[in-house]
Amino acid sequence: MKKELIAVVLLAILVALAAVVLPLRFGSPMKSDMDDYFLRYGQEQTGTNNQCTSVTFDYRGFDTLGESTVFFCAVIGVGLMFRRMTGGEEIEDE
Amino acid sequence: MSKLVRFAADILYPVVLIFGLYVVAHGHITPGGGFQGGAVIATGVALVIVAYSYKEASAWITGSGSMAREVIGLMGFIGTALIAFFFGMPFFYNYLAGQGGLFGVPVAFGPNPGELNTGGFVPLMNFSVGIEVWGGFSLVILYLLSGLLRRRNGEEEES
Repeated sequence: MKKELIAVVLLAILVALAAVVLPLRFGSPMKSDMDDYFLRYGQEQTGTNNQCTSVTFDYRGFDTLGESTVFFCAVIGVGLMFRRMTGGEEIEDE
Repeated sequence: MSKLVRFAADILYPVVLIFGLYVVAHGHITPGGGFQGGAVIATGVALVIVAYSYKEASAWITGSGSMAREVIGLMGFIGTALIAFFFGMPFFYNYLAGQGGLFGVPVAFGPNPGELNTGGFVPLMNFSVGIEVWGGFSLVILYLLSGLLRRRNGEEEES
């Protein structure tokens, strides 16, 4: 009995969500102001023909900074796993 | 590895390095950039380490050198962005674009053949990220191979 009740409630929530979500049309109307700005002024402001690079390294440099930091941390993590290669002191457990 | 593999690696290593440098240096004109070029260069390092034994290769592809490369790349990235403060501009402001001088040739709007001396500080960023990725991937490969070597040695000692 309880299981059936839970199933009915879940189904009702699903139907309600579907009724809200399904009539929406994603991606229309298209918001292209940002793209248009990058394409129109990117070459003059950053001097790069490659707009991908102008976005990743100039307009959104913080994103690339975080990416580099994540990469650095990943390498540090691998280094911690294989610590003995660097010739440091071996930490003995027990 | 066999002599054939070593010969092929000897021939391919400079080609891979030059192609990676090309991808890094032309990051602001053609598809590519620091991450991709650095990964290509690290592929060359992996080729040498696989073709030669770990002992021979680690004599001149050292872990400390790769670590220094990685740190220098990240510090260069942050430092290049920080220089903008001295011009009274915000962090990550492109202070070199369109000023003339280094990487400062102005670019007109629209399709054009492309000039290497453009892009403001974007090429500098590309180079620092490329150096960082080169060092980081070489370090990961070296670490992994050193663990493999240690395990093999340990098994030989045990048996």
